[in-house]
Amino acid sequence: MKSGTIYDLGAPGRRGVSLPPLSEPEQEILSYIPEGVRRREPPWLPEVSQPELVRHYLRLARMNYGVDTGFYPLGSCTMKYNPKVNEELARLPGFSGLHPLLSEEEVQGALEVLWELSECLKGIAGMPGITLQPAAGAHGELTGMLLFKRYFQERGELERRVKILLPDSAHGTNPASAAMVGFEVVSIPSNDRGTVDVAALEAALGEDVAGIMLTVPNTLGIFEEEILEITELVHRAGGLCYFDGANLNAYLGRARPGDMGADVFHFNLHKTFSTPHGGGGPGAGPGTVSEPLVPYLPVPQVVKEGDKFRLDYDRPKSIGRVHPHFGNFLVLVRALAYILTLGDEGLREVSLGAVLAANYLKERLKKTYRLPYDRLCKHEFVLSGDSFGEVRTLDIAKRLIDYGFHPPTIYFPLIVKEALMIEPTETEPKEILDAFAVAMEEIAREARESPELLKEAPHTAPVRRLDEARAARKPLLRLPRP
Amino acid sequence: MSGYIPHTPPDIRAMLQEVGLRDPEALFGDIPEEVRRRYRPLGLPPRDEDWVRRHLTELSEKSTGRKLIPFLGGGIYDHFVPAVVDYVLSQPELYTAYTPYQAEVSQGTLTWMFEYQTMVCELTGMEVANASMYDGATALAEAVLMAHRTTGGKQVLVPQYLNPRVREVLATYAWGAGLELVDLPFDEEGRLVLSEVPEGTCALIVQQPNFFGIIEDLSGLKERLGEAFLIVYVNPIALGVLEPPGSFGADVVVGEGQVLGNPPSFGGPLLGIFATREKHLRRMPGRISGQTVDAEGKIGYVMALQTREQHIRRERATSNICTNSALCALAATVYLAALGPEGLKRVVLLSLARAHRLAEEISALPGFDLALTGPFFNEFPVRCPDPGGAVKKLREAGIAVLPPEEVEKAGLAGAFLVAVTERRSEEELSRFVSALKGGTS
Ligand SMILES: Cc1ncc(COP(=O)(O)O)c(C=O)c1O
Repeated sequence: MKSGTIYDLGAPGRRGVSLPPLSEPEQEILSYIPEGVRRREPPWLPEVSQPELVRHYLRLARMNYGVDTGFYPLGSCTMKYNPKVNEELARLPGFSGLHPLLSEEEVQGALEVLWELSECLKGIAGMPGITLQPAAGAHGELTGMLLFKRYFQERGELERRVKILLPDSAHGTNPASAAMVGFEVVSIPSNDRGTVDVAALEAALGEDVAGIMLTVPNTLGIFEEEILEITELVHRAGGLCYFDGANLNAYLGRARPGDMGADVFHFNLHKTFSTPHGGGGPGAGPGTVSEPLVPYLPVPQVVKEGDKFRLDYDRPKSIGRVHPHFGNFLVLVRALAYILTLGDEGLREVSLGAVLAANYLKERLKKTYRLPYDRLCKHEFVLSGDSFGEVRTLDIAKRLIDYGFHPPTIYFPLIVKEALMIEPTETEPKEILDAFAVAMEEIAREARESPELLKEAPHTAPVRRLDEARAARKPLLRLPRP
Repeated sequence: MSGYIPHTPPDIRAMLQEVGLRDPEALFGDIPEEVRRRYRPLGLPPRDEDWVRRHLTELSEKSTGRKLIPFLGGGIYDHFVPAVVDYVLSQPELYTAYTPYQAEVSQGTLTWMFEYQTMVCELTGMEVANASMYDGATALAEAVLMAHRTTGGKQVLVPQYLNPRVREVLATYAWGAGLELVDLPFDEEGRLVLSEVPEGTCALIVQQPNFFGIIEDLSGLKERLGEAFLIVYVNPIALGVLEPPGSFGADVVVGEGQVLGNPPSFGGPLLGIFATREKHLRRMPGRISGQTVDAEGKIGYVMALQTREQHIRRERATSNICTNSALCALAATVYLAALGPEGLKRVVLLSLARAHRLAEEISALPGFDLALTGPFFNEFPVRCPDPGGAVKKLREAGIAVLPPEEVEKAGLAGAFLVAVTERRSEEELSRFVSALKGGTS
């Protein structure tokens, strides 16, 4: 049976691109490599012509769903539109062709990009220090945990401050990041309003706590109204406050984590700042920090002297590098272009549009789906698909595909049974939101009247429902050689 | 108006009405007033697209280094990238999608991930590969954490010749996890000297070819390590002609995949390659695509073994990685598919041939010599009485190499490092040699 991969195509001897000829005989060149380490058997790679190759990947593209295809309300991921001018700018040869090990004087333009973006992000966060190195949100979290560790090491408190507190609604990367730095994770329950149970937090605080990791608004899309009390409590107990900024779209241009008591805040440029998700990456996860943590930031730091930019490595208390160069530079270029396009006014329009769209959809959908936390939300909200008997959230999600929509995030956050996490973003017109609401209403009706329609969905996708259990039972993770 | 937000005033009014609010600011009423009051704008006016384009184009042109001929490597290389790579990367359904959580609308992504994993296994000689890490450096750090979790050991044997940038990242991760890095020297050939494997060793790292471009001999290493991991950090393009580390018993092969179809990009985004043995599969970090069938028995792909990952296993996950470097992995896939086995070999042989020609001509110059005697790939260190002066002369001739300060970080003093890819022309090689001649006469 054909695998559907590029290995199905081509014929021995075909190649997809022209290359210069060798100027010496092959054997002569190969003799530069000692015999024992010379490759004995060539790697099994496709042998295809360029037209075959292009048609194959266009066929794959057509089997995919992207933001440019249609509505992609994948909660927590902020699948907003990716502006095309940013793509063009990231491909400028003076950016994409630039080698990172050139000397400072030779890369002034690139350093200026880093500096300008740093200034913007520090301003947006209201925090004095920044690193652009983290390659994604989780990498920013890890960097933050390393900063916590260094801070307590410097204060001689590392031995006893071993715990990181985490609301039970936290994203999985949070506990995983804390664990990578050796912290012990303690879960803090949410109250019936969907926010941190402050009494439980108080009870958990003590001399053994290094700090807390908060997501603001949280993964239910609810703003922690008691945020100032929470951060104050943690600080009073000698701990630090980490803010997961995945949800910054909710208050961009209106509030700053620095004013809420954050000590480290990571941005997801591939969410809030419109850089494309790339089928899974690359993204960028810059982190801003409060004054006490500035000395520990990764090296180098970009500094401006007159109209020149310089790299400062002379930072003896730094945790060191978390990236071999300057972070995901081409992602940073796109984010800067986006911020400059929007300006202050545009940043505010983003959060207004995102929050308005989410609340609008929530109000429409709560008439047909259970809304566990019925209150004002921010940029996203979480429904439960638990009122349809044998039909589950997974089935609802798959049925949405037949209606031409990308499903929301499902089964996260863990504290809502059969969760459907919906994040419309600010870039969808009202007509699309309405069409999505109508589809969800239709699906709720179908769930009651003809559940098999959902159970067997999708019906119109390139493939029918895939057997995930089989892939776990008998993993086939590469194409076997013929 | 950016053009990215479609809501008109009537839209806003209609939506607010459904929400039961009149003032849009009330949507933010749950944020403490004190916090909102303290907000300070950046002082940035909105800009039109043409302004932004001009501004960033100007900045891109301000870096004078972009005009230098890059005989500069050190882990990032100027290989030829066929036009078809960016053509595929620019397909909207591929680059505006996210992680393929919903397999039925993500068969494009899951299929190319499966192709990529196959190609990485083929290059490295390993049994399983993930769908990418952020970059080679963090891939290496994660491999070390995996070795530590598997063996319980806390010491990591690290050759001094490991790429210094990569080593710095590794050191940060190791400090975080409470692991100790133990330095291993290299001999005059530039190859690893492993005198003993101390008790408590969880891994030995070998770089192939190493930071100085020297080709290592991997034979016999795994046998000396026993349970401890042999981790090989590769330049994957070199595996077009080098025997894959899998043949030498490597436990994990990681590497910087930028060379496979990705431009230098001022160092990011990059591509972390990660491959291992089937027996270590459940400890491997990162996303994996696996083949399965749909309800009608048709072949399709899904994300496999997600129970290793952070969204399920949380603090007991194999890693915290979520977003990875997918689009760069797609570039590598298309690149390798376009080249095929013969094309890949051609690229490598061209680089090898040109590197060795240049090395020969340089060593023929009075006062110049190769700093290490071992067999090299497409990069080599050059020693001369005044390496700083030589680098300066080269810059004046419009040529960039890796200066002695950077080379010294890997424990080799008084040498500059020269990298040669298939893109360096005859004229550029001649220019290099005449520039040095001018410097010594
Ligand atoms: C709330 C939250 N935190 C952290 C992350 C991790 O970010 P990244 O995928 O960029 O590593 C995500 C992303 O999915 C998220 O939604």
